[in-house]
Amino acid sequence: MLAYLLRRLLYTLPIMGGVALVCFALVHIAPGDPLVSILPPDASQELQDRLRTLYGFDRSLPEQFFSWVWRALQGDLGTSIASSRPVATEVMTAVVNTLRLAFVATLIGFAFGCLFGFVAGYFRGSVVDRLASLLSVLGVSVPHYWLGMVLVIVFAAQLNWLPATGAGPGGSGEWAWDWAHVQHMLLPAITMSVIPMGIVARTVRALVAEILAQEFVVGLRAKGLTQWGVFRHVVKNAAPTALAVMGLQLGYLLGGSILIETVFAWPGTGFLLNSAIFQRDLPLLQGTILVLALFFVLLNVVVDIVQTMLDPRIARG
Amino acid sequence: MPMSAAAAAPAVPVPPPRSRGYWAGVGLRFVKDPVALGASAVLLVLLVLALFGPWLAPADPFKSSMLGRLQPIGSEGFPLGSDELGRDMLSRLMVGARLSLFMGITPVVLAFVIGTTIGLVAGYAGGLVNSAIMRTVDVFYAFPSVLLAIALSGALGAGIGNALLSLTIVFVPPIARVAESVTTQVRTRDYVEAARASGAGAFAIVRVHVLGNVLGPIFVYATGLIAVSMILASGLSFLGLGVKPPEPEWGLMLNTLRTAIYVQPWVAALPGAMIFVTSIAFNLLSDSLRNAMDVK
Repeated sequence: MLAYLLRRLLYTLPIMGGVALVCFALVHIAPGDPLVSILPPDASQELQDRLRTLYGFDRSLPEQFFSWVWRALQGDLGTSIASSRPVATEVMTAVVNTLRLAFVATLIGFAFGCLFGFVAGYFRGSVVDRLASLLSVLGVSVPHYWLGMVLVIVFAAQLNWLPATGAGPGGSGEWAWDWAHVQHMLLPAITMSVIPMGIVARTVRALVAEILAQEFVVGLRAKGLTQWGVFRHVVKNAAPTALAVMGLQLGYLLGGSILIETVFAWPGTGFLLNSAIFQRDLPLLQGTILVLALFFVLLNVVVDIVQTMLDPRIARG
Repeated sequence: MPMSAAAAAPAVPVPPPRSRGYWAGVGLRFVKDPVALGASAVLLVLLVLALFGPWLAPADPFKSSMLGRLQPIGSEGFPLGSDELGRDMLSRLMVGARLSLFMGITPVVLAFVIGTTIGLVAGYAGGLVNSAIMRTVDVFYAFPSVLLAIALSGALGAGIGNALLSLTIVFVPPIARVAESVTTQVRTRDYVEAARASGAGAFAIVRVHVLGNVLGPIFVYATGLIAVSMILASGLSFLGLGVKPPEPEWGLMLNTLRTAIYVQPWVAALPGAMIFVTSIAFNLLSDSLRNAMDVK
């Protein structure tokens, strides 16, 4: 187990290095000079050179890469060109907001996905099964940014039940788990939950159907176990895979939240990325992507390890 | 539905003269599946719009009118209302099919060609070449797809070409992975060994023995990817990273109409419904193809 854990972590290191390289390359595939956005059009050559040295753009690419990685390892992701604040601070505030939203969305999606999946898997071919299958197709097909807009139209513009944008009353930055804040979260969280819901429902349906077809279930029934007792066995067998899917979905939501956050003006990483892109704030873009991608890689590792611990039958080569 | 039978036709090449071949069986299973026919019918309508939209549209999709701004659905001269510049929504939605489908399908087609090639090379060569290629692919796989698409096109800047390039880069790794895993499986089969022993070159073996096994699963997979690609491509335009105004494209239309959700909410939601329908149709088509072709 320990050997597996170490091997898994070791295998992750080159991936993380590659991810860093891609993030580093982002600034250099960008057309034009990244300094253009902060310099006045009539900036003197001397000022240009000084800023170039300050941001390190005057050194060779490998040199720039390694010093960037070295500083990133110490928690320094550079300075935002637009706001002049440290990128790390900005990203961390935003990541917390995004995580909060993505976590709630994953829980909603997982709960309903499991519900639909279990019912569909238990009653295969029934109306409920068809309905659940239809829902999961709709869930993976819907453009979530549009779904967000439709929910805003219905619940904010038409019914006036919930606020359309923001993460709290009066645009306050502090989060609290009270109704005033939670009602801001409802629409974006529901919008976001639709994606994992469809995928979890699909996975759980296939899992349940597969488990029910196995011989040990017949054995349990023959032993005289009640429906409830059999159900508990099914849950125990389906849980590791279902939880793994949930974990991965949380990661996808972290990355995929940008469009939803833009619709709801949710002050998370997506919103940050959006402003970084349009202000051509490349250090901020680079830092945000790096943090999100590394988080995704680590989450994959954690999911793998948890899954192996929950289900020792999974043979790891 | 004779029209949808026509859409299914390309899946059925000339049936072999003797027994019913594999593709004839696939075609037969496909046309017997009502979901497959429905999805094909929807896609055929969208294809007709993409090809002939400008001639079929009742009005000029670019002609704006200051007096006719944000008309409701069903108003005089604007059957589906008008947008924030007073342009006819019905015409823009119809003409928009061309650019929207183009933006969604092109990256998957490009990634299909590039990814399959990469996967075939990696799978057939094996060893160090395989490791080098697949570890590079793994790095791109380590990014959530939406994040990678937005990161790349955000860095490259707005525009159709950059959006297509970013999406292609996003879709190459998953296709390459599927191609590589199938090729690696096929490579060690006895008939490949036999072909190699009888002096067939690498290219001939790949073309005759490997490609036939690889293309089916990837084709099904790629059809499903188009659904994702439609949402992502329109999403990029929705963020202002893809198509630029005044071109009619559903994602961009959704973006410019966002401000109108308090005035004409249902007109503003229309372009998204088009993306939704297209994406559903491709997902259902992919599922039906998977069943008909009996691939995993």
